[in-house]
Amino acid sequence: MEAIIAVLLILMIAGSIYTLHARDLLSAIVSYGIVGFALVIIFLFLKAPDLAIVQLVVEIITLIIMIAVIRNSSKEDLQERTTVKVEGVHYINLRSALYLLVTGILCIGLFYYFVKSIPGLEPFGVHTTRMATTYIEQGAELTGSANLVTGILFDFRGYDTLGEATILLTAVIGILTILRIKGKKV
Amino acid sequence: MKGMTVIVKKVTQLLCGIIFIFGIYIVLHGHLTPGGGFAGGTIIAGAFILLVLAYGDHIIHLRVRKEDSSRLESFAIFLFLAFALAGMFMIPSVFFSNYYPLGAVGELLSAGVIPLYNIFIGVEVAAALFTVFLAFVILKEEDK
Repeated sequence: MEAIIAVLLILMIAGSIYTLHARDLLSAIVSYGIVGFALVIIFLFLKAPDLAIVQLVVEIITLIIMIAVIRNSSKEDLQERTTVKVEGVHYINLRSALYLLVTGILCIGLFYYFVKSIPGLEPFGVHTTRMATTYIEQGAELTGSANLVTGILFDFRGYDTLGEATILLTAVIGILTILRIKGKKV
Repeated sequence: MKGMTVIVKKVTQLLCGIIFIFGIYIVLHGHLTPGGGFAGGTIIAGAFILLVLAYGDHIIHLRVRKEDSSRLESFAIFLFLAFALAGMFMIPSVFFSNYYPLGAVGELLSAGVIPLYNIFIGVEVAAALFTVFLAFVILKEEDK
């Protein structure tokens, strides 16, 4: 299972790198879809069907909305070159070399401590906090819901769900407000 | 907005109802099987988006639909909040308390208020996504 997830992660990284270097916006969006759909398969392998369903459908609708926005832009925008060719002498910039060095040292240090901390963790799927134990053992009888995820989302953590719904409402209000300004003459 | 070809229209005609029913199933069985309000609402919104993309519509109709779905979304989140607030007036006076009888675990009518919350969230998510899509489509139409 871990090998398949590793392959999918490499595919996701390749997709996001291609997104940065794509020739036009449409192929950038399509290659960005690789990230989302690979994530769906990873969620299925990690036994999270709830997340997988939501991720799959949201990915499709986001893709449709993004393509609707892209098709709105003109042909010149789509064929605009994303990379710039610099003419002249190439030399190693001292400042960027310093940045690279510092970032490399930081990454190596973080990776070292990350690897060192892995043996101290519980195995995958074992919960350590007391609250999670209570939720898992008594969730079904306390909420009456056979699906534990929904039971936690709408009963124990009702505030979270209210927050999520409010975020969606605020996002829609923001989009409607921004798109309304367009008709005005400046 | 113009519709698409005959092939797309026919396939939409065959598929759209099934997608819609599947979304309703996911919302109603949210407390029994994986899924729930968010996933089911997104599927229902997808059915509506498919219809608009395949068949197209006049911009005036689209504007009316945008107003309607925006209003429906606000109404659904208001009902969600009202049912959560109703928990304050029940016996254990808690916001978001589960005050209906729980019933047997695994039945369709069980889990107290959770199915109702699922339905409200499903309507809210479907209306919100459809409103966003319609806003972009109308913006594109006005550009012409």
